[in-house]
Amino acid sequence: MSNNPLSQFTIKPLAPIEVGGIDASFTNSSLLMVITVIAVTVFMIFSMRGRALVPSRWQSMAELSYEFVAGMVRDNVGNAGRPFFPFIFTLFMFILFGNLLGLIPYSFTFTSHLAVTIAMALTVFLGVTLVGFIKHGPKFLTLFVPSGVPPVMLILLIPIEILSYLSRPVSLSIRLFANMTAGHTMMKVFAAFIVPLGFLGGWAPFAIDVALTGFEFIVAFLQAYVFAVLSCIYLNDSLHLH
Amino acid sequence: MPQLDFSTFPTQWIWLAITFVVLYILMSKVALPRVGQVLEERQNRIDDNLEMAGSLKAEAESAAAAYEKSLAEARAEAQTVIKQTADQINDEASKKSDELAAKLAADVKAAEAKITQAKDTAVAGLRDVAVGVAKEVAAKLTDGSVTDKAVNSAVDAAMQEQSS
Repeated sequence: MSNNPLSQFTIKPLAPIEVGGIDASFTNSSLLMVITVIAVTVFMIFSMRGRALVPSRWQSMAELSYEFVAGMVRDNVGNAGRPFFPFIFTLFMFILFGNLLGLIPYSFTFTSHLAVTIAMALTVFLGVTLVGFIKHGPKFLTLFVPSGVPPVMLILLIPIEILSYLSRPVSLSIRLFANMTAGHTMMKVFAAFIVPLGFLGGWAPFAIDVALTGFEFIVAFLQAYVFAVLSCIYLNDSLHLH
Repeated sequence: MPQLDFSTFPTQWIWLAITFVVLYILMSKVALPRVGQVLEERQNRIDDNLEMAGSLKAEAESAAAAYEKSLAEARAEAQTVIKQTADQINDEASKKSDELAAKLAADVKAAEAKITQAKDTAVAGLRDVAVGVAKEVAAKLTDGSVTDKAVNSAVDAAMQEQSS
């Protein structure tokens, strides 16, 4: 284990695979993604095995996550958002479990990689734009025209609106990537002080790391929530314009 | 910074696409319909139970109302019966007391008549006794010169004087 706080983010190939000249190796990142899929599936399907009228603890948790995301979609998008509920749910659970599994020591956080977050953000961005054009046709472009503004101001406002629209995937991906990277880096930085400071001084960075671990759990949930809720808001813009 | 090592981007994207699509299919085709179904069943069950509770409550209320009604009817009936009986008893009692009063009055009248008769008889007997006594006294005091007629009139006069 290197003491470099960024070495924890290194992608290590576990099984080299190459498809048509492109590196598609199965890496530690891929492994955590697969584990995430298995964990979410086990959680959602095995918890609901009993299909009990009065839920068990696990079933109640699975129902809670369902109702949490369903409520999020209902509140932010309304009834028109129903067809997109499975997508938002998958997005939320994928990021949440990716963040949480990344908190296990010596595992890997794939959501701390820009490649992953920008791919998800662009998927949301392109999907939402596509939905808008399919639903409204060219009228979708009125999204960039704020209502109730003097025409002179539009010369200034339309470029701003377009710019803010285009910055959505950037902010969406950077937010998740930066939060996860910063949190894990900070934990690693403090962890690196524990042993060198010895028995007398080591407790201080250790205590900070304990606190940071709790804090990171909040961040793990919060970032998954923010990503999902912003996707809902963007979807709402596309479905209902203003 | 390993995040900016672009050589790792293709493998990340490929595995992200694979895992995300697999998870999406698993969720949308298997997991979410199951949860949705369970939640819907529970909601239906709760609605049914609430509905049943509502109808049972209405039933209980109507039963209570019927009970109250029959209770009130029974009470009213009991009141009329009591009133009738009381009236009847009062009638009978007053009739009986009237009869008794009439009978007593008749008895009193008869007794008074008897007393009057006895008194008259006694008074009549008293005169005879008085006349006899007077005659005897006169005979003893005088030497038979006093007549019966004189004795009779004297007694009558004395009695007249007594009674007036």
